[in-house]
Amino acid sequence: MKTSSGFWAAYARNKGAVFGLLIVAVVIVLALFSGVLFPESPWEMVNAPFLPPMSDGALLGTDTLGRDIAAGIAHGARMSLWIGLVSTGVALLIGVSLGALAGFFGGVVDDAIMRFTELFQTIPNFVLAVVLVAIFTPSSTSIVAAIAIVSWPPLARLARGEFLSLRSREFVQAAITTGQSNLTIIVRQILPNSLSPIIVSASLMVATAILLESSLSFLGLGDPNQMSWGYMVGAARTVIRQAWWMSFFPGLAILLTVLSLNLIGEGLNDALNPKLARKGR
Amino acid sequence: MSFISYRFRHLAAASLLALAVPALSPSVPSFISPALAADPARGGTMNIIVQPEPPMLQLGLNQQGPTQTVAGKIYQGLLTYDEKLDPLPSLAKSWTVSDDGLTYTFKLHENVKWHDGKPFTSKDVLFSTTKFLPEVHSRARANFARCESITAPDDYTVVFKLKEPFPAFIRAFEVASAPMIPAHLYEGTDFRNNPANATPIGTGPFKLKEWVKGSYIHLVRNEDYYKPGLPYLDNIYFRVIPDAASRALALESGQVDQSQYNDIEPFDVARLKEVKSLNFTTKGYEFVAPVSWLEINHRVKPLDDKRFRKAIMYAIDREFIRDKIWFGLGNVASGPFNSSTKGFDSSIVPYAKNVDKAKALLDEMGLKPDAKGVRATVKLMPMPYGETWQRLGEYLKQSLKQVGIAVVLESTDVAGWVQRVSNWDYEITTNFTYQYGDPALGVSRTYVSDNIRKGVMFSNTMGYSNPKVDELFAAAAKENDPAKRQAMYSEVQKVLVDDVPVVWLLEMQFPTFVSKKFNNVITTGIGVNESYESVYLSKP
Repeated sequence: MKTSSGFWAAYARNKGAVFGLLIVAVVIVLALFSGVLFPESPWEMVNAPFLPPMSDGALLGTDTLGRDIAAGIAHGARMSLWIGLVSTGVALLIGVSLGALAGFFGGVVDDAIMRFTELFQTIPNFVLAVVLVAIFTPSSTSIVAAIAIVSWPPLARLARGEFLSLRSREFVQAAITTGQSNLTIIVRQILPNSLSPIIVSASLMVATAILLESSLSFLGLGDPNQMSWGYMVGAARTVIRQAWWMSFFPGLAILLTVLSLNLIGEGLNDALNPKLARKGR
Repeated sequence: MSFISYRFRHLAAASLLALAVPALSPSVPSFISPALAADPARGGTMNIIVQPEPPMLQLGLNQQGPTQTVAGKIYQGLLTYDEKLDPLPSLAKSWTVSDDGLTYTFKLHENVKWHDGKPFTSKDVLFSTTKFLPEVHSRARANFARCESITAPDDYTVVFKLKEPFPAFIRAFEVASAPMIPAHLYEGTDFRNNPANATPIGTGPFKLKEWVKGSYIHLVRNEDYYKPGLPYLDNIYFRVIPDAASRALALESGQVDQSQYNDIEPFDVARLKEVKSLNFTTKGYEFVAPVSWLEINHRVKPLDDKRFRKAIMYAIDREFIRDKIWFGLGNVASGPFNSSTKGFDSSIVPYAKNVDKAKALLDEMGLKPDAKGVRATVKLMPMPYGETWQRLGEYLKQSLKQVGIAVVLESTDVAGWVQRVSNWDYEITTNFTYQYGDPALGVSRTYVSDNIRKGVMFSNTMGYSNPKVDELFAAAAKENDPAKRQAMYSEVQKVLVDDVPVVWLLEMQFPTFVSKKFNNVITTGIGVNESYESVYLSKP
């Protein structure tokens, strides 16, 4: 196994990944301390509507109802991160479990699970998410569920591939011979060894989930009681010719966060799969 | 889909003045005043936005907004109404009402032909008012059910005899309330499935030429129109433009000449007002005259308590709603009547925002704030009619929080909203209805207790019941004496304003933009739904 300092050294070689980590750290701090920085609810109409950035008491300006954009971004960070992490968690749970079963048992189980996975893969992600949220009425829970449901199939295929190849390795054969139960083999032997690609794709999935949530909110399918970046862009898009700042800053927040998570994913890939990294560069 | 004192009240006087001294009154825009040019020119094409695309153009069967705007040029009613909602001739050239208010006699124009060449006679009026409309048109059904008999003494006379006086009856003959339907095509058929529904035949100045679904509806001049020389225009194209930004752009660039109702979002109105090639008005909606409100389900505690509803009224700033959410379109509603609806009492003072009064009322009810400052929690389901209504929901949530009422916002789609509101499965929602000029036609239906009908949208869905209100509305509807009627309507307004059965928001205004090239466009209280027989293009 690599040492942790080796891991960091490999990660830090990718300057973009370090930058991404910094930005995400800022976003996390913003999310954690949004209640301290902006104690008022982000929905509170604290100021005159349509104030441009750098106005008195409104660093990033106010929106059409006089709500503080900066407060919206801080509180929106919490929503975005929460949705990103929880829905990725749920997608991992579904995807990895199904993939592991398929890859480990093979045969009929594999066929059944893979056909089921393909069923989901044939439907465009975003369309399915819109339909699910519309059916179950928009709320944080239904959005997380919808994002998880459309995101797990690639994870299942990835996990299946890993399991399929590790299943025939000697250490697994040895574990089988020593009479370990299937569950133990899956969880204690194969899973830890297949984690690195799963971690890399999970970090990318957080980015995709944030983007999906933003898109849903943009379309008005967000949780109406939670401030989110996508909602802010969606609500401000109609006045973009009069007030650019209302959609610009939340848009920038989405861009930076999603970009940073992608950079982190790349850095993790470099660090966890050093043999693959930098190929052809 | 998201409505008033009019600044144009004095327009009639102004246009008279304009006739007398035309050179001195350049400020009267010609598109809303009678023709001043000596000789309006024949010819020209007008492009009008239609959104959403109407499901059909048979106006008897469908009265959605866009259907009315298009079919109002194809079909006609017996009467139309000026901006004060007094009757004007349409297919009827004259009419009399007996002194007891029971007999309405209409004389029809004698040389009117349907678009297929058959003559229009009293037989068609009888068929429309006794057979067709009562079967398919709920508003017309209610109005004509008040008749003891409808008869035609000759080909060009129709007599309506009422069971009891109903002065609002004179306002029941507008083109969408009672369109005339050709008897020779519909008599004895299954009205809803008649193949003629696809090729509407009316008496109006324009005929349907072509309808390319999803793209445009093309109307052409009716060469056999009964008024010689009219209409002036050769073609009207209704363009289907589903995207709001594209609609504003089409208007700005001159690709279309007119927009109406909700075509232009409130936030675009200020910008388009500055466009030099366009005229702007909010006139022409006097007949529909909507009032918007917060609809409150009286079956849910504590919403059944009028002190709670008053507290909501005091907690919100309706001027803010008008100025910031509707971008200045509309007027704060003083009560249930739109100021252009007959019977409106101008002495009623609108509630003003007063957070202390709101809190005092809630205290009086015993609703004390808990540790988080919350006195009560209610659910608000904003109308799914676009984002202006969504913004309103967000505004209300914050305003009510100030007085300790926590609001949980619920989302829904149009079908879900209608389903839930009509089946009383809601706490608070936003809503608006058209008033059709007369309280007996469009206001009382919201408040009288015999209109508490489960499953029926735009009825008394709140479950509000006050015998005094029932009695006053019923008595006023059959009162022939205008002064007595006004006294009753004034009283019912006072009772309602004190009961706050719903929290009235705005007398809504719709923006109409018309290219300056066109004249005589908005001339009556039904505005864009008029026949456009006298609209003409200025000579270049």
